[in-house]
Amino acid sequence: MAEDHGTLTDRLDAIYEFDREPVTDEHLQGPGDFIGFYSGEHVAGTEFVIGPLFVAHGVSAGDLLLGLLLGNLLAVLSWAFICAPIAVRTRLNLYWKLRKIAGPQLLFIYNIVNALMFCFLAGAMISVAATAVGIPFNIAMPGLSDLYPNTVGWVVTVLVVGSAVTLLAILGFRQIARFSKVAAPWMFLVFVACGVAVLPQLNVSSLDDLWAVANQKIWTGAPFESRAHFSFWHIMFFAWFTNMAMHIGMADLTILRYAKKWQYGFFSAFGMYLGHYVAWIASGILVALAIQNSGEIAPGPIAYMGAGIAGLAAVVIAGWTTANPTIYRAGLAMQTITPNWKRWKVTLAVGAVTTVAAMFPALMMHLLDFVALYGLILMPMGAVIFVDFWLFPRLGLRQDYADWKDIAFSLPAAASWGLTLAACWAIHAVWGLEIFFLGLPGWFIATAIYIALCYAQQRGPSAGKVEQHVGDNA
Amino acid sequence: MTYLLKIGSFVGLGLTVVPAFLVFAGLLTWDTHAALMGVGAVLWFVTAPFWMVKEDATQSPAER
Repeated sequence: MAEDHGTLTDRLDAIYEFDREPVTDEHLQGPGDFIGFYSGEHVAGTEFVIGPLFVAHGVSAGDLLLGLLLGNLLAVLSWAFICAPIAVRTRLNLYWKLRKIAGPQLLFIYNIVNALMFCFLAGAMISVAATAVGIPFNIAMPGLSDLYPNTVGWVVTVLVVGSAVTLLAILGFRQIARFSKVAAPWMFLVFVACGVAVLPQLNVSSLDDLWAVANQKIWTGAPFESRAHFSFWHIMFFAWFTNMAMHIGMADLTILRYAKKWQYGFFSAFGMYLGHYVAWIASGILVALAIQNSGEIAPGPIAYMGAGIAGLAAVVIAGWTTANPTIYRAGLAMQTITPNWKRWKVTLAVGAVTTVAAMFPALMMHLLDFVALYGLILMPMGAVIFVDFWLFPRLGLRQDYADWKDIAFSLPAAASWGLTLAACWAIHAVWGLEIFFLGLPGWFIATAIYIALCYAQQRGPSAGKVEQHVGDNA
Repeated sequence: MTYLLKIGSFVGLGLTVVPAFLVFAGLLTWDTHAALMGVGAVLWFVTAPFWMVKEDATQSPAER
């Protein structure tokens, strides 16, 4: 056991070799870098899916505009007041901070879960790109109600796109990351242009018509068959928690540790209001036209309706450039399992899993549920970091306890994670609370459990015996 | 040279978004808008990488 722990610790340390130390002052970045990062990160191919899904769930125009306005504001505040202050004070990335709190063995498990989530997310992005690639070949796209791969043409298209994306990620992640930075401003304008150019086809000839048409033809308040109705609260909570893993879940410690000031967390507003407001509205307008014309409701076809070939290119580029860093991050997390593998092998394995996942339209057509689940699963560890950083000094408890006691697997952190998810499931099963709302009670549950268990661990009668101690294994 | 590249890039962005508003105003057909967007995309991607990447001497947060 001692040997396992040593090996695991060595694996993690080898992967994050250059990330163990806090970021130094000379490496801090200015506002422009963060504005660019957040704008690019949140104007992605998946925005072509999320906007249409809101239409499918029958949200009304007023609920959508107000829900997105407030939900995105809450997301920005979560970045600014929850994630950024810890990031600039510790200057450590998520993994290294979590390692200090939870121990390397629990971090290992967290990495596996994280990697799988990233694979599925990248799979959705590849599905999005495939819907555009298939159009010139006249391949039938999956519909909103499709869950499984239903045509050979779709499977082959996803296979080709997934292979290409994986190959390019292997050949040059950094070059593609630079390319995605170049593509970001153009992609945002493509969303705007798509939405505006099709308005006349929806009989909007002036701004006065827009509100009436928005209510009657786009966000009508009537859900599609087999889709649940979305209210203002669904939209607000979805917008807030779309990136829950990043802000409340603390994944963006890794990004914001380079910020000169914690206030840089507010720059997330560029991503939220360009990508998660304007782009979602624009793609909703496109899908309304597709419905009116009885056309296919998939990202590629609707983008083509808005902008022709440029729209198809935007879908492919958006899907590709956002799948690329996601595959890279998944690979980084997976390397803890395969420490002796070269990076290209890990990327290949991750790409294969991602491509298989992409073949299932369910991932794309139920993206809202998946995004909510993804955030919920990773959120409790963010709550653990929040409590450890802000509340433990006030409660007289020691911060970074696993690091201090050389604990391999923090039971309080693991139990907070597992019990919080179990409690969220119970709330869902017993009271029927939908997944979009579970993040809020879940965060308080995780916080309460972690405080109680750490108090027992550090102050209780059995203090020092609760955890699996490295020394016991030796 | 960089100056010319930047002008080309911004013309590309203009061709991407301005025609859509002209379609909305009834001054341009959808087909022309789609063609101009294609031209704008080409113009942006053949000019912007040279000055955007050049100015980015340090890594951006996205690359970490």
